Amino acid sequence: MDPIFMWDTLQRLLPGIPLMLQLVSLSLAVGFVLAVLVALARLSAFRPLSAAAAGYVFFFRGTPLLVQIFLIYYGLGQFPEIRDSFLWPFLRQPYWCAILAFTLNTGAYGSEIMRGGIQSVPWGQIEAARVCGMSGLLLMRRIILPIAVRQALPAYGNEMILMVKATSLASIITLMEVTGIAQKIIAETYRAVEVFVVAGSIYLLINFVLTRGVRALEWYLSPHLRDARQAAPATEAAALAH
Amino acid sequence: MELLSFGDKGWGDELALAACMTLAVASCAFLLGTVFGCFGALAKLSGLRALEIAADAYTTVVRGIPELLVIYLLFFGGSGALMFVASMFGHTGYIGVNAFMTGVAAIGFVNGAYSTEAIRGAVLAVPKGQIEAAKAYGMPPWTLFRRILAPQVLRFALPSLGNVWQLCLKETALISVTGLVEIMRQATIGAGSTKKPFTFYACAAVLYLLLTTLSGIGFGRAERWAERGVRRS
Repeated sequence: MDPIFMWDTLQRLLPGIPLMLQLVSLSLAVGFVLAVLVALARLSAFRPLSAAAAGYVFFFRGTPLLVQIFLIYYGLGQFPEIRDSFLWPFLRQPYWCAILAFTLNTGAYGSEIMRGGIQSVPWGQIEAARVCGMSGLLLMRRIILPIAVRQALPAYGNEMILMVKATSLASIITLMEVTGIAQKIIAETYRAVEVFVVAGSIYLLINFVLTRGVRALEWYLSPHLRDARQAAPATEAAALAH
Repeated sequence: MELLSFGDKGWGDELALAACMTLAVASCAFLLGTVFGCFGALAKLSGLRALEIAADAYTTVVRGIPELLVIYLLFFGGSGALMFVASMFGHTGYIGVNAFMTGVAAIGFVNGAYSTEAIRGAVLAVPKGQIEAAKAYGMPPWTLFRRILAPQVLRFALPSLGNVWQLCLKETALISVTGLVEIMRQATIGAGSTKKPFTFYACAAVLYLLLTTLSGIGFGRAERWAERGVRRS
């Protein structure tokens, strides 16, 4: 363990962080919208739609992410139709291919999480909303989605951590994020342990901040639980005073 | 379609062989991971502060770091570590590490962290009264473990271990970076020499789907077998 070398390594790894954060945030943001849509499609009573959603989820959860990245980055170029289409300027670049693959992947895993969240919304609440005259999008926006998101948040936090780890695969298609740079340094110097410690600490730190953020969001979204916990001693004290 | 036929002309037999390699790496890594998981769970439940901290560090660190980084560590650092050990015994030549061993060690090490949590949860799920009852019967620890603890831990842990196995299977694709010829690597070789990347990666995807689906069915059967005789509410 050589502190000077580790400090140099850290300096070289830091430029990889913005790219990694871009990959994570873009694919998680688009992936979340996709996840909600796929979950709704999966739960829809219209059979072809729910079957299509189930097929999508089955494919993306049953194959390794690396296969999905390679299918998009190397595979799509096999078809002249795609090479001639307006999409090619995007699909030619590893950056957009990686984002597309990550988005589709997290959309599939996320949709299963969201499906669980949506299914956990108590039936009585939906009935009550209908009695109040809400239906369709209004019911979805006001009642179902807020409860479903709150319910799904802990599991979604795990999925976010998996995505942070998954961005390391972007290095295989030449995107120099943290793992890519780390691999290059290891190959140059053969000091695997030191580079591993530094790069690993970066990932650990990011994941730590992420879990704390998710926990804070969960706290913010659950005022009903929070108040009960804080109010409990007060009512107890009030009861004792009587 | 001719590309995927068996024999000299096609890539079917190569891909089938690569699928066997994937299965071999995944099985060995899963077994290794389960062994790590047993020790990890034992450490976490040992009640000894030092062991608990060590096991906590293991699961937290490994679950927060990309698998690819662990593979690079073992692939580049493994031979260095082996040479260091060998130099203490007076051997000074270069020792390369086998890609298969690297893959098994890396994935086994990572999956051990997930198995630790699965097994720990299963041990905690065994009702305490049963262990007390067994002790009251005068069962020695080993008999208690064999008759009471092990069968139930196995049953409770099976669903999560099934998930760990699926992860393990998919993580083996990362081993292709070390050059081990498993499904992913073979597909890359095929794609490179025939200029048909989509065909080959789609085949790889189908092979992985086949492996994950079939093993999913297998684990479902195993769960039903482990639950035979349990009354369902």
